[in-house]
Amino acid sequence: MTTALSPAPFDAARFAEFLRLHHLPARADAGSPEAYWAALTWEQREDTGLDPETLAARYAEFLTLDRPPGREMALHSLDVLRGRDKSGAPERYDLRFAPGDVVCLVGPTGAGKSRLLADIECLAQRDTPTGRQVLINGQPPGDAERFSGESGLVAQISQNMNFVIDLPVGEFLHMHAESRALTDPAPIVDQVLRAAVAMAGEPFDADTQVTQLSGGQSRALMIADAAFLSPKPVVLIDEIENAGVDRRAALDLFVRKGKIVLLSTHDPLLALSGSRRLVIRHGAVQDVITPGPEEQAMVTRLVEIDARLADLRSRLRNGERISAFPA
Amino acid sequence: MRLVTVAGPPSSGKTSLIVRTLLALRDDGLRVGVVKFDCLSTQDAAVFERHEIPALVGISSGFCPDHYFISNIEDCAAWGERLGLDLLVTESAGLCNRCAPHIRGFLAVCVLDALSGVNTPRKVGPMLKTADLVVITKGDIVSQAEREVFAFRVRQVNPRARILFVNGITGQGAWEAARIWRSASENGVLEGGRLRFSVPTAVCSYCLGETRIGSDHQHGTVRKIPIPS
Repeated sequence: MTTALSPAPFDAARFAEFLRLHHLPARADAGSPEAYWAALTWEQREDTGLDPETLAARYAEFLTLDRPPGREMALHSLDVLRGRDKSGAPERYDLRFAPGDVVCLVGPTGAGKSRLLADIECLAQRDTPTGRQVLINGQPPGDAERFSGESGLVAQISQNMNFVIDLPVGEFLHMHAESRALTDPAPIVDQVLRAAVAMAGEPFDADTQVTQLSGGQSRALMIADAAFLSPKPVVLIDEIENAGVDRRAALDLFVRKGKIVLLSTHDPLLALSGSRRLVIRHGAVQDVITPGPEEQAMVTRLVEIDARLADLRSRLRNGERISAFPA
Repeated sequence: MRLVTVAGPPSSGKTSLIVRTLLALRDDGLRVGVVKFDCLSTQDAAVFERHEIPALVGISSGFCPDHYFISNIEDCAAWGERLGLDLLVTESAGLCNRCAPHIRGFLAVCVLDALSGVNTPRKVGPMLKTADLVVITKGDIVSQAEREVFAFRVRQVNPRARILFVNGITGQGAWEAARIWRSASENGVLEGGRLRFSVPTAVCSYCLGETRIGSDHQHGTVRKIPIPS
């Protein structure tokens, strides 16, 4: 723990917040943790279950969270070195991912997609059941990187996820920004909101309650939030519903923000949009497909079909009668 | 034998986490067992039996559950030693939020449920603040933003702990938990050891079975709410 050697001036407001979070009795008059301790009655001291040294140490640790984490990793490359499949046969591919990559994972349930993602999440070092090794910027991560605090490079978005908090969108985003110790969160919160609204079929604003958002709106908000506000350099997406959210715009957003996107999907438009497609079978990467000209041409057609469906959807929403297939 | 104390609010997913993690440890060749502490009743013994994990159940009923835990832990550990276990887990709910079963020198785990909302880390007491490992369950059904806020708020009250997201249904994350449990100290000594946090002091007439209300019936340690007059 890096406790500052030169003590910062005592901040009464931060100390009060610390007391509140640690369920310690409030005292407005204390000018330092030591003075605070001295001012408590013996009964109150007993209740804290602490001693003055522990109290001061915890307060110092609490203050370190106010600084934006220095360890916010600049990720230039992520390697997943081959392991073995469920029968122990060696895997055929080493994988390298770079910021802006969109890599699609295909394969039936139970094929090993989750295990691959879990290997990345725990920065496997030939010590997981697959025997794979993950390198960050070409180097194996140190133990400190693997096992300190909340490790993990991966942000996740899946169809099962919901917002459970009952707050207006704006307040919710500010709360997330606060956990990042951002000095000026307002512009980023605004960016997230604009990106989310642009992706969602129906508009919403900062005053909409997150629990009131439609499926498409809340998925759009999760995507924009993960792109702008999450510190994780890798985003794992388990399908994006095609209703109510512009899926291609979502992928573009992540690419622009330099995220590595791993997309588990069987949606033709998305699966063919990736820069590569990993075929996962029997616990291993069995094939790596780079879309050729035929597949790329197919994406162009799929985008047209998707636009027509989107048009049809919005006309239905507006209560129109549909007489012919949209051209 | 390693001893791991697992605590968390009711229905946070302690039993699922323990089963998943112990199965991973057993795959590694470790002999594992559980002591389940509960207040009223528990059906969890059947869950452990189904997985052929030896389980001992202690029901505190009329006795303060945390005092019950600490006055029984040595005997439970002796039971585990007799079975030749490599790792014994104790499971208990942090019932009044003021107590924690965590013991100095033994791996301490706190289980919290992401679905219970981002304010939970601010409501849970010493079982969270004194833990070495905080496992967050049900993270697969809340948004990434809420997971990050939840983890941040855990760090705010316990910056030293390792934080791990575990899915008790699919077992994702349990392998990582098993790695941490496996590296727990094998040489902890219970006799003469100490709790990480004191259990509340209260010896009053209600502790001894009094049910009547009124100051005439309140003897021993009694504390009153400071109400401004």
